[in-house]
Amino acid sequence: MSNAKAQSKSVLWDWLTTVDHKKIGIMYLVAGAFFFALGGLEAILMRIQLMFPEFSFVPAQTFNELLTMHGTTMIFLAAMPLLFGFMNYIVPLQIGARDVAFPFLNALGFWLFLFGGILLNVSWFVGGAPDAGWTAYVPLSSESPGTGVDYYVLGLQVSGAGTLIGGINFLVTIINMRAPGMSMMRMPLFTWSTFVASMLILFAFPALTIGLLLLMLERIFGATYFAVDFGGNVIIWQHLFWIFGHPEVYILILPAFGIFSEILSAFSKKRLFGYSAMVFATLIIGFLGFMVWAHHMFTVGMGPVANSIFAVATMAIAVPTGIKIFNWLLTLWGGRIQFTTANLFALAFIPSFTMGGVTGVMLATSAANYQFHDTYFVVAHFHYVIIGGVVLGLFAGAYYWWPRIFGYKLDETLGKWFFWLFLIGFHLTFFVQHFLGLIGMPRRVASYLGGQGLDTMNFISTIGAFLMGIAFIIFVVSIFTSMKNKVTDADPWGNGRTLEWTMPIPTPEYNFAQTPLVRDVDALWYEKYEGDGKMKAAEPLGDIHMPNGSILPFIMSLGLFISSFGFIYYHEGFLWLAILGLVINFGAMFVRSIKEDHGYHIPKEEVIKGGK
Amino acid sequence: MADQTVNQHTLPPNPEKATLEGRNKFLGFWFFLGGETVLFASLFGTYLGLRGGVVSGPGPDDLFHLPLVFIMTMILLTSSLTSVFAIISMKRGNYKGLLVWMWVTVALGLAFLGLEIYEFYEYYHYGLGFTTSAFASSFYTLVGTHGAHVAFGIGWIVTLLIRYRKTGLTLTNAPKFYVAVLYWHFIDVVWVFIFSVVYLMGYGG
Amino acid sequence: MGQHGMDPSAPLTGKPSKKTQRKLRNEMRTQLISFVLMIFLTSMAFISIASDAIPTGFAMPFILLLAVIQVILQLYVFMHLNERGNGWPNAMIWTGVLVAIPTVASLMLLLGIVKW
Repeated sequence: MSNAKAQSKSVLWDWLTTVDHKKIGIMYLVAGAFFFALGGLEAILMRIQLMFPEFSFVPAQTFNELLTMHGTTMIFLAAMPLLFGFMNYIVPLQIGARDVAFPFLNALGFWLFLFGGILLNVSWFVGGAPDAGWTAYVPLSSESPGTGVDYYVLGLQVSGAGTLIGGINFLVTIINMRAPGMSMMRMPLFTWSTFVASMLILFAFPALTIGLLLLMLERIFGATYFAVDFGGNVIIWQHLFWIFGHPEVYILILPAFGIFSEILSAFSKKRLFGYSAMVFATLIIGFLGFMVWAHHMFTVGMGPVANSIFAVATMAIAVPTGIKIFNWLLTLWGGRIQFTTANLFALAFIPSFTMGGVTGVMLATSAANYQFHDTYFVVAHFHYVIIGGVVLGLFAGAYYWWPRIFGYKLDETLGKWFFWLFLIGFHLTFFVQHFLGLIGMPRRVASYLGGQGLDTMNFISTIGAFLMGIAFIIFVVSIFTSMKNKVTDADPWGNGRTLEWTMPIPTPEYNFAQTPLVRDVDALWYEKYEGDGKMKAAEPLGDIHMPNGSILPFIMSLGLFISSFGFIYYHEGFLWLAILGLVINFGAMFVRSIKEDHGYHIPKEEVIKGGK
Repeated sequence: MADQTVNQHTLPPNPEKATLEGRNKFLGFWFFLGGETVLFASLFGTYLGLRGGVVSGPGPDDLFHLPLVFIMTMILLTSSLTSVFAIISMKRGNYKGLLVWMWVTVALGLAFLGLEIYEFYEYYHYGLGFTTSAFASSFYTLVGTHGAHVAFGIGWIVTLLIRYRKTGLTLTNAPKFYVAVLYWHFIDVVWVFIFSVVYLMGYGG
Repeated sequence: MGQHGMDPSAPLTGKPSKKTQRKLRNEMRTQLISFVLMIFLTSMAFISIASDAIPTGFAMPFILLLAVIQVILQLYVFMHLNERGNGWPNAMIWTGVLVAIPTVASLMLLLGIVKW
């Protein structure tokens, strides 16, 4: 029951065993950034291959592996973990909590994600990466030779379990751990969107779990769900994948919407316009996100009535999304807008994302979809929503919350270079792809013939990709060159509205010396205008209870990692390895179950000292 | 936050929800069950989509015999009731009653699991291997996943029973038992649909 | 969190209040009644399939209905979803059901075999 032992540990051990949501958040950000760079590299390699007709920069098989790993990495290992990083760090601060509901599970979720991501990428070095596309449609994936797809299945299974755990943790945290006065309808939009995205995770990921389980049993143990000559059906996979896959898109975009809502409101010094409409629209998008998955399958042949229902439901999503767009515009209206890098990203998001939304409605038109399906038009569309929405959101959030998380401000001059190069590169890359698709260039091809009107636009697209690459390098450089811009003020932007700007920087491990009392939406802003600019305390100073760190999450994840290799090489006689891994995993779970750990207390005196 | 001041060491009406940790666990576990609903729905859907894919192997009406399924159903249903008794004992402060009823639950669970293994063994000898047909694969996956849940539940409850055989009821273990019982009920909920949709509809239709 | 001195691993002692005891007695009765009801529903379902007297076209929706009733009994009586303060669990379970229904329906019907 002492906190003195925390100091005696080595730094590495401290990070391996941490259950602090802030450290876990930082680990998510670091790992996510690494995978983001990796996925970006894969994209650049693909774009070089497509720079000229019949170019032979990489062989077709490698191209297939690159495109599969680019998609899988960017969705599962980059975008989601980066968002999870912000959620982990920021949400407990925004709701006035000292911790998340399940610190131990939170750590477990991170390590599962990381080991799953590593597992997926090990495939590069042992006989080739997965090559069936990030959607892994059967029978292409179930018949794909080699172990690539096995790595896909098990890597995603392990990291998916981590995501599910993370989702439940956020839900319970947001429901049970809010500070006094912080009613649901006073929560900042980022917290709200985290909440809805976590609900989507909770109900979408089980479908992926089952899809991956079936694919694993089919590939490794000879099951016949997808084998037509055994009475199987390949459409089963498509449904299971998209029942997960479509909500997944909203799992990514909703938190980004939340980030933009925070930033636009902070940097136009205005309360978010239409708060309750924003919350309502978020919920509606979340709900509709579950009812539209079959629009990815219009050309399967489900029939005209089925297609029409899904087409109409899909178009309906444009309504709540439109509400959000207009609310953001009206937040800016008459505001005192500051063009910081964070806000530039947020401002650029509005038109960029709207373009992606418009092509989305075009794709939702099921009759026209037969023309667009599997062309570069689709590629252009989803990059406009994912980069124009999620990635711009991640960069905006990074610039906005960087001082809170890392204690220094990122350089604004380099930031503006980064922003403009990235934005121009992004539009250059993907705008032309709409037309490439419309004139008939299929997606996922490793090469194309010259003289068909595809050459120039492909070349332009590649140049755009280079620009984005250069922009990202500038960002990475600025991370290191800006370290001297230290901040110590709790509210370094000067216009913080929410609770994450109320504690000193660096954030104390217990977040709040005293749990704050929330009196309105934008709690801090309210105190600035109606109070003395400081949060009222909801409790007297006292000892603070903290959970102990634990190495068990790491060991559990390691067990599943080892076990996955046993399954992948099952036919080479490695069943024992699979069993060994599971024994490690369940053993660690057993230890966790029987060993009671009640944490420790930080004494009041130390809290007072830390506040100084 | 957690300051619903618990009168120390005297039995509260709902010991499983007396602490913040307990309330978190309770809520988180319910949410997990919400996710499990979709997990099993995916398996049910797959089974229903593929149950006609018998090819040359045996089909549902060649295999299923209702008396065995009826006995299994009754056993699992009764185990659900005994776990209810366990929780009522807990709330009465009767820790011994809690342990005894939980052990009865475990015994009934083991009986169920034994019958399920026997059933699979039988089907296998009728020529229904895991890889025989799409029907076979999806049947074994659905019912097998349920069986795996039963097995995990047994392991979990036994761990709790052994770990806490002598401690008496505490604010730490009350939520653990309560949540394990929720899980056990959920297993029965899934089974209700399995016997209705898989066995009865397979046999009758 | 003002429970500093409290030991969460100390055994709880004492008896529940009179009110709680009365409540538990009533609960016991409710649980037993619903158990009997569940046995009855299960038996009905099996009988409707086992006996040849009932046409299949009726038996199928009938056993589904029985299953739904039984599951609601499980959730609301055995698992206490009916109690106050269980709004969130209710919301999540029913959202799960809401997602489960189209999942099952599409996997059954929208496989490209029959065109709708």
